Amino acid sequence: MDTVLEAAGLGKQVSSPEGTLAILSDVSLAISRGETVAVMGASGAGKSTLLALLAGLDEPTSGRVHLAGSDLTALDEDGRAAVRARHVGFVFQSFHLVPSLTALENVMLPLELAGRRDARAAALEVLGRVGLAGRVGHYPRQLSGGEQQRVAIARAFVTRPAVLFADEPTGNLDAATGERIMELLFGLNAETGATLVLVTHDQALAARCGRVIRLDAGRVVEP
Amino acid sequence: MASLPFVLRSLLRDLKSGELAVLLLALLVAVASLTAVGFFTSRVGRAVTQQAGEVLAADLRLESPRPIAETYDVEAASRGLEVARILSMPSVVFHGEDSSLVALRAVGKGYPLRGRLKIADEPFGAARPTDAIPAPGEAWADSRLLARLGVPVGASLSVGAHTVKVTQVLDYRPDQGAGFGDLSATLMINLADVPATELIQPGSRVSRAVLFAGAPADVAAFREQLKATRQPGERLQAIEDASPQIRASSERAGRFLSLASLVSVLLSAVAVAMAARRYATRHLDNVALMKCMGASQGFVLRQTVLQLVVIAVLVTLAGTALGYLAQAGLAWLLRDLIRSDLPPPGVATAWLGLVTSVTILVGFALPPLLQLKRVPPARVLRRNLEPPPLRYAAVYVFAIGAVLALLYWLVRDPRLVTVVAGGIGATFVALALAGWLLVKGLAPLRRGVGVAWRYGLANIARRGRDSVVQIVAFGLGLMVLLLLALVRDDLLREWRASLPEDAPNYFMINIRPDEGDAVRAFFHERGLPPTELVPLVRARLTAINDVPVDRIRFEGDRAQGFVEREANLTWARTLRDDNRLLAGQWWVDGDDGGARVSVEKEYAERLGLKLGDTVTYDVAGEPVTATITSLREVRWDSFQPNFFMVFSPGVLDDVTGTLITSVHVNPGQRPALVDLVRQFPEVTIIDIDALLSQVRDVMDKAALAVQYVFLFTLAAGLMVLLAAVQATRDERRYESAMLRTLGASRRVVFQGVAAEFTALGLLSGLLAAAGATVAGYFLAREVFNLEYSPDPWVWVIGIVGGALLVGVAGVLAARSVVTQPPAATLRQAQ
Repeated sequence: MDTVLEAAGLGKQVSSPEGTLAILSDVSLAISRGETVAVMGASGAGKSTLLALLAGLDEPTSGRVHLAGSDLTALDEDGRAAVRARHVGFVFQSFHLVPSLTALENVMLPLELAGRRDARAAALEVLGRVGLAGRVGHYPRQLSGGEQQRVAIARAFVTRPAVLFADEPTGNLDAATGERIMELLFGLNAETGATLVLVTHDQALAARCGRVIRLDAGRVVEP
Repeated sequence: MASLPFVLRSLLRDLKSGELAVLLLALLVAVASLTAVGFFTSRVGRAVTQQAGEVLAADLRLESPRPIAETYDVEAASRGLEVARILSMPSVVFHGEDSSLVALRAVGKGYPLRGRLKIADEPFGAARPTDAIPAPGEAWADSRLLARLGVPVGASLSVGAHTVKVTQVLDYRPDQGAGFGDLSATLMINLADVPATELIQPGSRVSRAVLFAGAPADVAAFREQLKATRQPGERLQAIEDASPQIRASSERAGRFLSLASLVSVLLSAVAVAMAARRYATRHLDNVALMKCMGASQGFVLRQTVLQLVVIAVLVTLAGTALGYLAQAGLAWLLRDLIRSDLPPPGVATAWLGLVTSVTILVGFALPPLLQLKRVPPARVLRRNLEPPPLRYAAVYVFAIGAVLALLYWLVRDPRLVTVVAGGIGATFVALALAGWLLVKGLAPLRRGVGVAWRYGLANIARRGRDSVVQIVAFGLGLMVLLLLALVRDDLLREWRASLPEDAPNYFMINIRPDEGDAVRAFFHERGLPPTELVPLVRARLTAINDVPVDRIRFEGDRAQGFVEREANLTWARTLRDDNRLLAGQWWVDGDDGGARVSVEKEYAERLGLKLGDTVTYDVAGEPVTATITSLREVRWDSFQPNFFMVFSPGVLDDVTGTLITSVHVNPGQRPALVDLVRQFPEVTIIDIDALLSQVRDVMDKAALAVQYVFLFTLAAGLMVLLAAVQATRDERRYESAMLRTLGASRRVVFQGVAAEFTALGLLSGLLAAAGATVAGYFLAREVFNLEYSPDPWVWVIGIVGGALLVGVAGVLAARSVVTQPPAATLRQAQ
């Protein structure tokens, strides 16, 4: 099978006043193209750290990460940024929209960063796809939570990423809204053939994924 | 990757959202303040340059206090040069009982040889150039003279024994000097009228000049000849000699105003730094997000720098335009002192705006913004991740470097930069220390006040460093305004009060020795107080210790002036009451120690004279040498006739000079002055009150200009306040929401904010009043030798003004924060 994301012996330690603290130890995994994977675990189990390392947002203390053919651990910060720009999309629990930008401008942002000239047309198309064609000129504060997360999803998919990382995407939403957001996320995922890596507490959500990786105290307990 | 359109778009978004408002405004104040002064001084400088060519009204000018031989005119004419003669002297003109001191200028046919006169039909009316000069019996008067006498064009004025009719208003003459002009108003008459005035007597303070103009080679050849053949006391001026002094004085004034505006620049820079730090903090998340989406560090850096470049360009354009408008205000305030139309400013001045904005941005805004580059992208997952802290040493090096660079650009003199930078640094440190003490002093007050005030005072204490910055920013601006507006007046009043009631208010000069008794009799007859007539002999210093003065190098313009000008000498048997001997011996009656002279302290210092030195003067063609046997200190404000050089009896007794006196005249006795001049036309009366009020007028105008420049300082202080409010906005919003959730009414929260800023304003006012009082005390004691009693109004106006200004501005700026519903705020803060 075609592996798009692979980690080998991944570890992350931080120094604290009480000495060195291992947040993540010896995590190895391989995720294939088009797969949907849920990462679960209690608070402090290392879910977010794993996500940050897999996406190249942070550097591991040990081990290696390969994403879409690039060895992230061999790259510097700018190199990893370039990989993210080409292959990665993000959806966050607290949406992380830029408050001073409209919905349309928020979706255009990753395209503009990549220097794409058709940013506007592409962004409008995806916003239509997530059902926000009528609200493109609204600022985040004028949108409901569900609408904000739709904008975030549009922003994540607009670059057609190979891997989409989602960090508790329904954590800030009520159950019904969360359900609709998940429909959208999985729908778009199936449509584009992207790989989905999802960090969540939600059992029902995890159950919809093809595979579940469980973390406990920084270790994978159920591959 | 960072394309200009992308930067422009994100800049536009930031502008729309108000994120950059304070930074832009502060930068705008800095650029406007510096360019306003820059444009103004450039205009004055260009006026000086433009008029340098006509400042002599000729190509070559021969001046002398004595009559100049006609042979020069003949010789010049034979060389094909144009010639004109003029004569000038201080005099007094009368209209009825009103009198005014004038610079009388009698001009002959052909004047001016270079440049043109401008005249107008009405005082301060529209001027037009003319090639004529006043006809005999007519006079052209300065607008100021007509205004002072309160007479229209067409009035008759008495000049000595002669009466002339004012037919035109004299608007401009080429040799009036550009930049900051002299005090007396000009009255121009025809040279042919001079004998009829009977003003010219032996010893009169007359300056005569012959003007020459022609082809450069002819002028140069004639100049060489004149250099060789001119008589003692005859001074030759070519264009290249004429302008440096004027240029130097207008450059000094410009430099002073620039330094004054630099204070606003510094404060604005502080506001820019605060605003930039806030902007950086607000954008940490956005930058982390952009990095998450693939933006490289280089992209963030380029975006930041490009954004600053765009800001610099925009603010430079707007600020320079504002500065241009503001300089028009400055030119208007000083319109009476600058007696010529100012040309437009030089193009080079426009660079000043760009240099200012770039320097401030690089020195104060760049360091915090550079932090953005180092935001870890994982911040999108963990909010507590921050870029590595700023290295403060590096930040200060940037800022101080920027300030020094700007200072050097302004004054172009390393020594002055050191002095000014040291002075500014010391002042800021002293003010900051005082501000810090004031903030600390607030703590005990918190126990005795209501909840709103306690909340306000607690805020000041908690934001201690920002509070001190705000207090200093406002305190400095207020202090200078108080100093110039109130303390200056107080000092002048104190000085006036220190003068005796019957201090002389009129000087009379040019009294002929053979008329001394008649003048004394006239005084007695008209009930004027008995007066001492003091001899005055005009002479030129020719040698010190037998070394000719033209072979001695003197330090400074003043010393050079002392040597070049004709000196006034006197002789006396006894030491006057208002003189004090500092060294040496006064002569005793009857002993014969030869020719001796007593020298005034400052004069001796300037020329480097010591006891035992000999000085030689050319007195009416005869050398007179005397030994310095004493040094004196003179109280000049006794308004008695006093002299730098007082000779022993027997040296100058036989020289024909004039007599001089000063006298106190009651308002009721003023008609006697008119009769005195009618009876003794050569006597010149100088009205000391009028002279002092003229000096005061000039001081007022100059002070007004400086105050105007310091208004920018207040504006910069306002920017610091806005930046501080903006920096604490999120904090305040959250606090106010908490307080209101806990049950505080909007009114209480509002009162707390009002209390905080009113207290800040009170402290700045206190600091300003204290600073102005200390400065006033120092000036009074050390500079003017006066007793200074502190003015309560300085404290009242300083404290009330500060509290109102800062209180109102602060409440307005923070208003929107407390009026938000708490639920929205708390939801956002989650």
